[in-house]
This record gives sequence, C-alpha cells and structure tokens, in this order.
Amino acid sequence: MPTVKSLEDLKKIREEALKKREIKSAPGSVQIVVGMGTPGIAAGARETLKEILNFIEEKSLTNITVRQTGNIGRDSWEPIVQVVIGDEPAVTYGKVTPAAARQIMEQHVVGGKVVNDYVIPA
Amino acid sequence: MKFSRSMVLVSNDPDSVRLGAQEVYRRFGEKLLELGLNEEVSLAQITDIGRHDALPLVIIYPEATAYGPVSVKDVDRIVEEHLYKGRIAEELLAPVKELSGRIGWLKTRKGASPMEKKIVTRRVGRIDPESIEDYIAEEGYQALAKALGMERTEIHATLEKAGLQGRGGAGFPTGMKWRFVAGTKSPKKYVVCNADESEPGTFKDRIILEGDPHSIIEAMTIAAYCVGADEGYIYVRGEYQLAQRRLEKAILQAREFGLLGKNILGSNFSFDLHVHSGAGAYVCGEETALLESIEGKRGEPRARPPYPTTHGLWGKPTLINNVETLANVPPIILNGAEWYRSFGTPSSPGTKCYTILGNVNFRGLIEVPMGITLREIINIYGQGMRNGAPFKMAQTGGSSGSIIPASLQDTPMDFESFRKAGVSLGSGALLICDENNCVLDLAITLMKFFQFESCGKCTPCRVGTERALRMLTAISRGEGKLEDLDTLSAIAQEMEYASNCGLGQTAGVPIRDTLKYFRAEVEAHIRLGVCPAGVCEMTPEAEKV
Repeated sequence: MPTVKSLEDLKKIREEALKKREIKSAPGSVQIVVGMGTPGIAAGARETLKEILNFIEEKSLTNITVRQTGNIGRDSWEPIVQVVIGDEPAVTYGKVTPAAARQIMEQHVVGGKVVNDYVIPA
Repeated sequence: MKFSRSMVLVSNDPDSVRLGAQEVYRRFGEKLLELGLNEEVSLAQITDIGRHDALPLVIIYPEATAYGPVSVKDVDRIVEEHLYKGRIAEELLAPVKELSGRIGWLKTRKGASPMEKKIVTRRVGRIDPESIEDYIAEEGYQALAKALGMERTEIHATLEKAGLQGRGGAGFPTGMKWRFVAGTKSPKKYVVCNADESEPGTFKDRIILEGDPHSIIEAMTIAAYCVGADEGYIYVRGEYQLAQRRLEKAILQAREFGLLGKNILGSNFSFDLHVHSGAGAYVCGEETALLESIEGKRGEPRARPPYPTTHGLWGKPTLINNVETLANVPPIILNGAEWYRSFGTPSSPGTKCYTILGNVNFRGLIEVPMGITLREIINIYGQGMRNGAPFKMAQTGGSSGSIIPASLQDTPMDFESFRKAGVSLGSGALLICDENNCVLDLAITLMKFFQFESCGKCTPCRVGTERALRMLTAISRGEGKLEDLDTLSAIAQEMEYASNCGLGQTAGVPIRDTLKYFRAEVEAHIRLGVCPAGVCEMTPEAEKV
C-alpha cells in the first residue's frame, strides 16, 4: 500500500486510479453499478446484485465490472441499477427486482437494447 | 456533469393541459434539440404555478420570465429569441399581475435558480464508497493538500468569506466557529462531527456518510489543521450501522495511505479519528449532550455558557460541525469563496440538501441552491401533490422545524428569509401534507416525540411536553376548552424561554405555528366538536367501547 508523503504522491495515485477507470470504460467493456445505500438494501438491492452476479457466472460473461455505490437520492425508485456500456451514456434503471435484473442483463448487457420499461424518467 | 444554463418550466395543471400544454412541452423538446440546445437547457413540467390566468404558462430561469398564454406556434419564437439569442420575447410575456404572494415567488427569488446543483453529494452515486482510490480519482484529498500549504488563519477566513452556515439547523456561521476555536490557547483540542442525525424524516447526512465517507474525513482533517486539534470523533447515530462500517473502513484506508495519523502528507501535522456510535437518544444530537455521551456519561445537555468552543470535550476547546457543513468545506477550499458565493442567495450562499417526504409523487433527496421556494420543490422535484390534492402545510427540519402553511410556500428557502417570515429551515426534511391531514394530529405526533425524547434534566421541557401532549390529545377527543389554547401558548413560550437546550426550546414550535396559522381549525375541534379533516377521533376516552 503506498504511503502518501507529498502532493506528488497524491497526484500519482490519482492518475493511476483514473487510468484504471479508463480501462473500465474502454469500448466493449460493461460497468454495472448497483445503489447500495440503506434504502437500496432495504428495497432488495442485495438480491438484485446476487442475481446479476449469478447471471454473469451462468453465461460466463467477461469484461463486466460490477460495483456498488451510495444512494443517489431517488429513493422512490430503489433498487437502482446503472448500466454503462463502453463510453455510451449511462442508463439508470429503477425498481430493479431480480427478475427485472435478469431481463436487463439479457436484453441490454448481452443484447445491447435498452429496456425502456425500467428506465427512470429524467 | 451535465450543466444547464437555463431551465424551462411548462405548466401542467389540468387547465393548462386542456389548453394544450402537452403539445407546448413536446414542441419545446423538439425545438431545443433542433437548435442543439438540449444539452444546456433543461426542460421540466410544473403542476402548480400559483396563478390561473394566462395558461399554459412557460417560465424560464434564471431570468424568471413568465410567458403566457403560450400556444404551440409561439414556442419557436421563444426558443429562438430567449434561449438562442438571449433576448426576452416581450410581446409574448404574461400580463403582470399584482404580486399577491402567489406569484411573488418569481420576484423574491434574488437570483437563485431552482436547478439542482450538487456540491456535497457530487460524488455520491458515482464512486465506490469503500474505495479510497475512487475518491482520490475524483479530486479527493486535493483540498487537504492545498489547505496544508495555507496559513491557518487563511482557512477560516476563506470559510467566512464564502459565507458557509451550519447545515444542522441553526445556521451559525461556520468560519466564525472555526475562528473561535483556533483562537483558544490549549495544547489539546478536539474536532467532532455531529452525525447523530435523528430528526425524523432527515436522511441527508446518512447519504453523504454512506456514499462518500472520505469527504468527511478530509474535511475534519482540514478543520483539525485549522484549529490546531490532533484528535477527532465522529458521533454516528446508532441506527446507521452501514454508515459506521463504511466510515471505519474509510478511516483504516486513510491511515494506510498516510492521510491520517502522524505527519500527514509529509508535514509536521498529525491527526487521528475515532468513530463513536450513539445509542438512540434524540437529545444526543444536541452538541453538549453529544459531548457528554462521548465522555461516557448520560446524554444530558450541559448549561451554556461556557460554549464547547472553549470548554468542550473533556473540558478542552472543541469544534463541532454537522456532516453536511463539513462536506461543504473541501470544495470551498479547493475552488475558493467566490465560487461558492455564486450559488444560493447573497445572505445564504451555497446549496442545501432537502429530503422530500409525504403526499408528493416523488420522495427522496435533492441538493439545490439556497433560495428555492417550497412551491418549486413540490412541483419540480416532488412532481406535484399525490392524487392532485391541494397542498396544506409542510413541516421542515424533522420535528424541531416549523409548520409552514400554504400561504408561505413562496418564501425563498434560505436562513434569512425564513427568519424574517418567522419560521425555521431546520435540518432539511420537508414533510409535505395535503388537505386530508389534520394539523392537530400532526402537532400531537410531534409532541409525543418530544415528550418521549425529553431527557428530563430541566423542568420546562420535562413537564411542558407532557402537559402540552395531554391537552392536545384532549382537544382531539373533543374534550378541549377554549382556555386550553391560551394555556398551550403559555406553555410553548415558557418552554422556549426557560429550557436548557435546543430540544425544549423548539418543542413549543409546533404549538406556536399551529395556533398562529391554523387556529380556526383547532377551534373547530373545540367549538363545533368536529375535525375538519376528518382525522381525529373526537370521542372522549371514557365513551370508547
């Protein structure tokens, strides 16, 4: 683990972290972000996350990063899942039950077609 | 992040829809796309615009220009003139009415636009809260590095110039508080973060702690450097276990990276942090009770003065700030006071997080510039009242805020305007009630809360809340007398004047506001024996079967 001794060290860590992020958003790679704040978890985000991971394992998909994040403030819509494919704009889905997660994975992540039924209206 | 320079609101109430508002809204979308303005202009619908002539009405911010009545064929001209060339299309303006409070909101705005602006929650939902690298990638710890290169006096001077006010509810100037603590002479000082967010309905701090825990660590380290402290405590509400876990993890990571502990960033400044869990008492959100609780004593408020700035934790000078206040610090240090002052109103710069609850279509958290009005929050962010029922009142700031009647919904929400209007902003919870709610019922619920949570140390609060609750309950059962209202006012006033701490001092506010704005409704319970909203039972306890 690097110890930050000066501003230069901090900058170096920052650049490395940004580079890692670039790899994640390279064309062809998929990022799936699940909102895991208290409201998300209460609404069942854990089951949704589990379903997503199961799906990835079942279909042996690669190049997918699944990560968690905090609550984005749209509590009425939890559990919230964000899908980013390559450098396309992020698509935010709301009320993603495990069944909905499966549908999103099949149609959007694999098929490349946004599932409009679950997209949160802006 | 998407940046909008203008915001277009199209009225969407039933009358407007009948007159073609949907087509106008659709045309705006098309035209903005056609001119390539869709990225920089945001478009929204608003259900209640406060006037019923000149519909459909279109309002464009930040100029707060009202156009109306607007038909589909006018849209092109408005977009081309106003949004593309930046000139107001004079001939389409709505007739100016005498501003009778209802539409006064356009004029009272003082320059703040109702667009969402994220400062303290800018990273929440974008980063993995359990990864310090994610945080560093998003400008994390840059403010700390900058602050360590600044003079200590320069830091609190920057905050004072930025006009940052405490976001816990009272609105005390943060820079001034830092200056007081920095000015004390003591070898040992503490920095404490008040994360005992127990106001009912408030959850802004939780969202920051769970979504961006490192920002609090960074801000507290800056604070410690500024005031000369070497130890800090984060007092987290006991129920926030996820927040506690994430904070503890974040602290471990920061220590590993050398961003906490000895000689931070190669300087000779050292600082370390502890997480302290609350045990569920509301009163421990009061700063002196919180200190008692950290010291391991019973959570009861201390007599003030002396204030914590000179005699705080274990008798040492202590700086106590709310989570949201602290989260504002790193961006201010990084971007400067001028930048911060460009948001909000001149008297209350910056943004405020609000948690919206109650009878609205959308419930959740928003962060908007200070000075937005309640009407805008309900209609733009709350997406209108649920089932179209009229708005009756809002309760701000958990239990110790004010009850705001519909007549005050056009007051800009900032510390000064609210103070002038005689209400308080509180912690930022907005409980929106429609006309099916009884104000007496709300007051009873709040009073039950205070009566339960009163720590019992001082008499006005301990006895006052109990008596007030009994009296209010009696009125709701149809057993009230008119004299009770005078007694209630007296109790409310005595609690406010004579109580030891903020709990008792604000316990009377619901009674005061109820009697000030809704006296007729309460009197109907007593004189006519009916609850106008049909909520209260109105049957005496003895006659119940």
